[in-house]
Amino acid sequence: MNPDSLTYVLLDASLVNNLVLASFLGICPFLGVSAKNETAVPMGFAVIFVMLVAGVCSYAINQILIYFDAPYLRIIAYIAVIASAVQLVEMFIKWFSPTLFRALGIFLPLITTNCAIMGMALFATAREYNFMQTLTYAIGGGVGFTLALILMSGLREQLELADVPSFARGAALTLIIAGILSMAFMGFAGLGG
Amino acid sequence: MPKQDTFTPGEPPVLEADVFLKGLWRENPVFVSLLGMCPVLAVTNTVMNSLAMGLATTFVLFMSTSLISLLRSFIPKQVRIPVFIVIIATFVTIVEYSIQAISLELYENLGAFIALIVVNCLIMGRAEAFASKNPLPRAMLDALGMGAGFTFALFCLGAVREILGSGSFAGVDLFGPNFQPWAIMILPPGGFLVLGGWLLLFAWARERSDRKKAEAEAAAGD
Amino acid sequence: MTYATAPSPEGQPPEQQPPRPAAGNSAHMIGALGAVAALSGLLLVMVYQATLPIIEANREALLQEAIFDVLPGAESRAAFVIRNGAPPAELEEGQALGDADFYAGFDADGVFAGVALRASAQGYQDVIRALFGYDPNAQEIIGFRVMENRETPGLGDKIAWDPEFLANFDGLQARINPDTGELDPPIRGVQEGAKTQPHEVDGISGATISVDAVVTMLNRAVGERVPYILEHLDIIEGAR
Repeated sequence: MNPDSLTYVLLDASLVNNLVLASFLGICPFLGVSAKNETAVPMGFAVIFVMLVAGVCSYAINQILIYFDAPYLRIIAYIAVIASAVQLVEMFIKWFSPTLFRALGIFLPLITTNCAIMGMALFATAREYNFMQTLTYAIGGGVGFTLALILMSGLREQLELADVPSFARGAALTLIIAGILSMAFMGFAGLGG
Repeated sequence: MPKQDTFTPGEPPVLEADVFLKGLWRENPVFVSLLGMCPVLAVTNTVMNSLAMGLATTFVLFMSTSLISLLRSFIPKQVRIPVFIVIIATFVTIVEYSIQAISLELYENLGAFIALIVVNCLIMGRAEAFASKNPLPRAMLDALGMGAGFTFALFCLGAVREILGSGSFAGVDLFGPNFQPWAIMILPPGGFLVLGGWLLLFAWARERSDRKKAEAEAAAGD
Repeated sequence: MTYATAPSPEGQPPEQQPPRPAAGNSAHMIGALGAVAALSGLLLVMVYQATLPIIEANREALLQEAIFDVLPGAESRAAFVIRNGAPPAELEEGQALGDADFYAGFDADGVFAGVALRASAQGYQDVIRALFGYDPNAQEIIGFRVMENRETPGLGDKIAWDPEFLANFDGLQARINPDTGELDPPIRGVQEGAKTQPHEVDGISGATISVDAVVTMLNRAVGERVPYILEHLDIIEGAR
């Protein structure tokens, strides 16, 4: 498959190089929010949404920075604009649909410091994606994050019922489960070959 | 310098040495607080990468918390977060360019994770919770301690992953040509598994020592 | 430099400052933000200016080493840019070495040693990028070096370091049919140890997709670039 095609970009971001399980981005919210399925799903959708916003913003900033030949401002500009964009999105959702805000609201501040968003923007820049590819990559990254989160929350809900040694409860066991899940995702490698 | 200048009265006094030492073990950012997990898992496939990442993070942490502590009365409270972000991002960019100048190979190994130091919650956390409330020497000690703790944790992971996954330590071959490397350890799943393993070991040791202590107390009470 | 006019926050001893200003003091807020931004801008420009020449020299050295690696015997090189419908132009002064489309190598006596070309294809995990050497007179690939790969360590990444695999590229036939202008016969990957023809590549067991990617990238790059190079060979050979 042509690595520039949109289908490939989508598959690559969501499955082959899954942001969480293969590229280790957004581990903090992944460990923090994946305990229950009912929080994992809205968090996932909030991330997809913010990914889109951040993808568009980062693409625009990068074009401006290339125009002014100032690549050294990239990190500052990305983080500042992504953080402000999330704030604006939060305000807009609050004004537009209070119901949606109640569903997503508590997750939005968490997402600002989510390195998956920043990482997605930086990866898309490093791969020199054009606008449509960046957009597709952002959606794919968000979908991949949601998929990992939902799978993980399902596993952890089952784990609640399992009889494990007391010292293994919590972070240690979650990480080992994540490792096994990550191994399962390795099966997707070669999908684009 | 008065020791207790900015501490709330209710808090127990903290020794200067302890400001440094707590980051190494008791409040280790990785093993205890689980902060800044992304680089911990992503770049620890060799000892060299782990150490480089640890040092880069320590540098950013040290420089930005020092500056923030120095400017802490100058920065208005309402805009402190944007100011912190700008300061941290500046030092991250400096590190990114310096590493490229030192070794392109290292830069390519660490990849985007150098830039991602900017969203490492460890740095923002220390800036907000410690440096913005403490004088310069204490902030510097705290940053060095936390940085050393972070580097130590990365080293623990990197050493295990490289020895099992490539049969070498810091690039030096350990087991000779007949060693069959456990390749999964330097692949992404290995990161999760090894960190999980370390946490398991520490939790087991802690529970054991707690139980011993409780038994000793019970015995003393009889 | 405009930054010099910004107030230096470091000049003010923080200990003597009044406690945090009360809310609503927006002039102070803007001043603080502006001062920090100016300080950070100044630092960044200084670091960027200081490191840029070193970084570019590093990149150049890496590429230069790779070019000499894939063209055995080469000791000097010329860099070319492909122009549509026109002969290749030598890279102009001041342009980065990486901007060129291909490189010609010459040995110590100034004899043409071959051209180095870039190739890339989708591998198992990510895109594999490589540089290879091509001898237009013998019409063979004479060297191959992986520049970037994220293949499975110990399996797929053998394409980058396994001496048995790299031995494939000591004269791998890649002939252009003068009538059709196409690569004929195309390079073909075969199972490990099954190579019988000069245009076949001995595979690596357990790394089929990575080896296939190498074959694909070579076929594509030779097919796209070599007819053009053969057409303008006299200019390239005379570039010394």
